[in-house]
Amino acid sequence: MPDPAIHLRSVVKRFGEIVAVDGLDLEVPEGSCIGLLGPNGAGKSTTMKMLTAQVIADAGTIDVLGHALPGASKIARAEMGVVPQLDNLDTTLTVEQNLRVFAHLYRLERAERGPAIERALQIAKLTDRRGSKVDELSGGMRRRLLIARGLVHQPRLLLLDEPTVGLDPQVRQELWALIDALRSEGTSILMSTHYIEEAERLADSVTIMAAGKAVATGPPAQLVAQHAGREVLEVYGPPARLLEAEREAATAGIRTRRTGTSVALMGVEQRNGNLPEGVRRTANLEDVFVLLTGEEVT
Amino acid sequence: MGRAADVIATGLPRPRGRGRIGRLEASAIRGVLVREITNFGSYWRATSFSSTVEPAIYLLAFGFGFGSLVSQVAGYDYVDFVGTGVVATAVLFASVFPAMFGTFVKYSFQHTYDAILAAPVDTEEIVTGEALWMSIRAGTYGCVPLLVAMAFGLEPRIDMLVVPAIAFVSGFGWACFGIMIAGLLNSIDNFNYVTSTVITPTFLTAGTFFPLSGLPQWVQVLGNLNPLHHTVELVRHAAFGWEGWADVAHLGALVLFGVVLWRLAIRALERKLIT
Repeated sequence: MPDPAIHLRSVVKRFGEIVAVDGLDLEVPEGSCIGLLGPNGAGKSTTMKMLTAQVIADAGTIDVLGHALPGASKIARAEMGVVPQLDNLDTTLTVEQNLRVFAHLYRLERAERGPAIERALQIAKLTDRRGSKVDELSGGMRRRLLIARGLVHQPRLLLLDEPTVGLDPQVRQELWALIDALRSEGTSILMSTHYIEEAERLADSVTIMAAGKAVATGPPAQLVAQHAGREVLEVYGPPARLLEAEREAATAGIRTRRTGTSVALMGVEQRNGNLPEGVRRTANLEDVFVLLTGEEVT
Repeated sequence: MGRAADVIATGLPRPRGRGRIGRLEASAIRGVLVREITNFGSYWRATSFSSTVEPAIYLLAFGFGFGSLVSQVAGYDYVDFVGTGVVATAVLFASVFPAMFGTFVKYSFQHTYDAILAAPVDTEEIVTGEALWMSIRAGTYGCVPLLVAMAFGLEPRIDMLVVPAIAFVSGFGWACFGIMIAGLLNSIDNFNYVTSTVITPTFLTAGTFFPLSGLPQWVQVLGNLNPLHHTVELVRHAAFGWEGWADVAHLGALVLFGVVLWRLAIRALERKLIT
């Protein structure tokens, strides 16, 4: 069995009194896409930054592509691509210039640079905008350029930090297709996100983080079956009705979660009698996320 | 998106040799320089304008303003005296301000260093590459006052060809000083303290506009601790005649200034970028 692309063991990171990452274990098998799911402040971004050695762990061990961090992070960084959450493109440069700069920073040989830039332009579907300044691009184009920049050197491992945050649904789906294609090609991917659907669609396995810890790990379907069952009963009504439904569920030993307008009763597939009136639906990863993190999905 | 997926599936073989990975690598510094030079293409006009016009104004104002009152200083025509001295001012302005503000903006607002550090580049190479680029610019812009002074009568001398090199060495130290300040301070407003307490006194007491020899002994001693004073001395001696070991000492002081500030700038920026 090949070494995992990323392997974190008991990793801890503190910022003063705050424990941002608290004994995290995480594994990204070679060629797989792993989703790092968690609410804001769960420690996802800190974890991502530890993988490029911009944040140094206080305890635990981190191996990336077989290289121990932070000592050998530079070797690891040469073989990985990073797509940051914050847009940090050079805005006064053109699309092509941005890619050329990173072809140099990733040390591509002179003969490799031209084809690599062309390929990245095609990935980003920006070939006809190669001469446009970044300032002139739409939000979706800029995000595609960020991804292409992280891929210009054809990395073995790609770190995606909230890759589709703030994008409209159509652009998001385009990027999902791109990420899926990369995974099919064998690129290992670690993707942090707080979009449940994104993790559910793209990730072979998901690690749910809360307060710096991994609270659950596994394929999305397995996590759903394990924590939320197959079916969920969604009970709607005024606040008093929802409270009553929660009490009834607690008496029957059923786990619940609140949404803004309803109470969801988990794992009701085996129960038919003595349940409040509501709408049955298939359990999903969002149910698991809210159950385990106590956070509503935004 | 099918087209993009096809490109990936039929992609080129992964790029091969990226060379040895170690500390302070030429390929990483080259990458930083390429980024700086490419970006410079979009703002060179404004930078070149301020870096040439500003010292030229100093030269004209002091050279002809004071020059009408004082014809000779330290045995030289005052215009020649100021024209050679203002080279150091041009070097200072072309290196320390871009370093302070540029580094801070890239760190705080543009998040440029996050992008660069995700590539196989370390803080040490970022500082080195950026300081080298600013010192190349300082070496170039530093010559402008000399050319203006020549237009007003300064006699050209073959030894003046080393002035860009002197400006480069001095500019490297001042660029590193600026990077260090950007690494140490948390607010761009705090740069005013540095400008008022360090930069302005530095260029006013470098011997640019008046010789230090007429000042009290303790000021002359302090002057020897001012790297800009050593820049002024070296440029003047390139223009009017070398002074042997004294110039070796001036050059040594500038090299020492550059090396010490280079390491301090790396340390300061590393503390900011790596947590």
